[in-house]
Amino acid sequence: MKLSASRLAKGYPGGVEAVADVSIELGEGEFVSIVGPSGCGKSTLLAMLAGLLEPTAGGISVDGREPSGGLLGRIGYMPQRDLLMEWRTTLDNATVGLELAGVGRAAARERARAEVGRFGLAGFEDRRPSALSGGMRQRAALLRTFLAGREVLLLDEPFGALDALTREAMREWLLGVWEADRKTILLVTHDVEEAVFLSDRVYVMSGRPGRMRTEVTVALPRPRALELTATPEFAALKESLLTPLREQARASLGAA
Amino acid sequence: MSTTGTRLALALGGRVEPRPRAVREQRGIARRVLPPLIFGLLVLALWQGYVALSGVGEAIVPSPVEVARALVRDRSLLLSSAGTTVAEILLGYALAIVVGVALATAVSSSRLIERAVYPWLVVSQMIPIPALAPVVVLWTGFDIRPKLIVIALVSFFPIAVNTIDGLRATDPELVGLLRTLGAGRREIFRIARLPNALPYVFSGLRVAAAFAVIGAVFAEWAGTSSGGLGYLILSYSDQTLTADVFAVVAVLAVLGVALFAAVGLLERVLVPWWALEEE
Repeated sequence: MKLSASRLAKGYPGGVEAVADVSIELGEGEFVSIVGPSGCGKSTLLAMLAGLLEPTAGGISVDGREPSGGLLGRIGYMPQRDLLMEWRTTLDNATVGLELAGVGRAAARERARAEVGRFGLAGFEDRRPSALSGGMRQRAALLRTFLAGREVLLLDEPFGALDALTREAMREWLLGVWEADRKTILLVTHDVEEAVFLSDRVYVMSGRPGRMRTEVTVALPRPRALELTATPEFAALKESLLTPLREQARASLGAA
Repeated sequence: MSTTGTRLALALGGRVEPRPRAVREQRGIARRVLPPLIFGLLVLALWQGYVALSGVGEAIVPSPVEVARALVRDRSLLLSSAGTTVAEILLGYALAIVVGVALATAVSSSRLIERAVYPWLVVSQMIPIPALAPVVVLWTGFDIRPKLIVIALVSFFPIAVNTIDGLRATDPELVGLLRTLGAGRREIFRIARLPNALPYVFSGLRVAAAFAVIGAVFAEWAGTSSGGLGYLILSYSDQTLTADVFAVVAVLAVLGVALFAAVGLLERVLVPWWALEEE
């Protein structure tokens, strides 16, 4: 499944423009990231791609056509906060998408049980979310997203709230999961290293209103391991993303 | 066991037994029950002392001892009247729950219904229920029905308001997430709104439990002669048997506390994630 958006814009009454003129292409099985400063409209863009927000201009197409019946229920979406429901166990949180797809409870739980090992949740299936660590909560939310079975997944800063070491481990883990499943992933992050390490392509967004500034192709070999981050090629790619971001940061400081 | 004791036990090569669960739980109960018990006894003692020293008549302020005597003296009548009143309270309370939750569900299902109905819910609480009770009897007859209606009128409001708040308090981002998973309004209600509202519903239920007991007394005052504790209050106070009136009030208080506690117990069973958070 290919997802593309052309010249998307989102404005609010009162003249506030969150996103202006953003075009983006996601090829089948591609891992694409968007980096940008906070408040650049990344989350708004994802909400539009997930079908939660109606763009004020532009269009979104799936496999080259505008989807009949909208995007809701067709695109996998993981918001920044894990949104695990405290009244459900970890396993029952993970199966909510299957449940909504009409899969029976027993069958849904069985499918989730088959994945808890890979998602590092073994032994915590029947615990409540409050008993999980931050990393486990994010993995539980990711499991919920993966189990829903969509071909395109939109991940909004999934590791934003984790400490540096956990983040690093989670990146490598996510890469392993993606390489096994080959879903199409669009990841939003403000972490340049994360974007380069994981992606085939990286878009750089600028803020207020959000626009696409540049697009960088990451031609690093796969499968990738953490050692890759120490190579000069990796450093050069990071630099090529950081330069436009720094310019923006300076400009916004100057404007303030 | 103290730290020193622990160290000593380790030094002597002994095993440190964790404090048995039963002992810990007993201590927990003691910590919860003892303070109100001691405070209550203190108040009773002061009251007894006041009545003894001031020389005020027993018909005006009966002493706790006198009330206790009345409790023993009237026990069979109190017991049978309590049976009548408990039945009314439970049925009326159940009616209040049904009405309160149904109204809350309707109000939170649409903005239009909310705007149309919510102000009237508030207005319904301005009705002086004791004054209305005889009219309800006039409309529905001299059986148990007017009593149930009066009890429900008095106690549905906290249930409705808390349930409305709970249904509204659902995280909008969670609702959005469920929509991307293909959920419609009904599924969002079942998966997110309803369980999210449960702790709020129980707050309402606890307040309503106290109201239901008062409501039963109002209802029995409305001139029906089928007995009950409220009726007993009227009859004793006509005869200026003040200690006996207090005895009835004491029984009513016990009923209220028992209902309140039962609701709390049910909450621990039905909303375990909330009880866990409180601990």
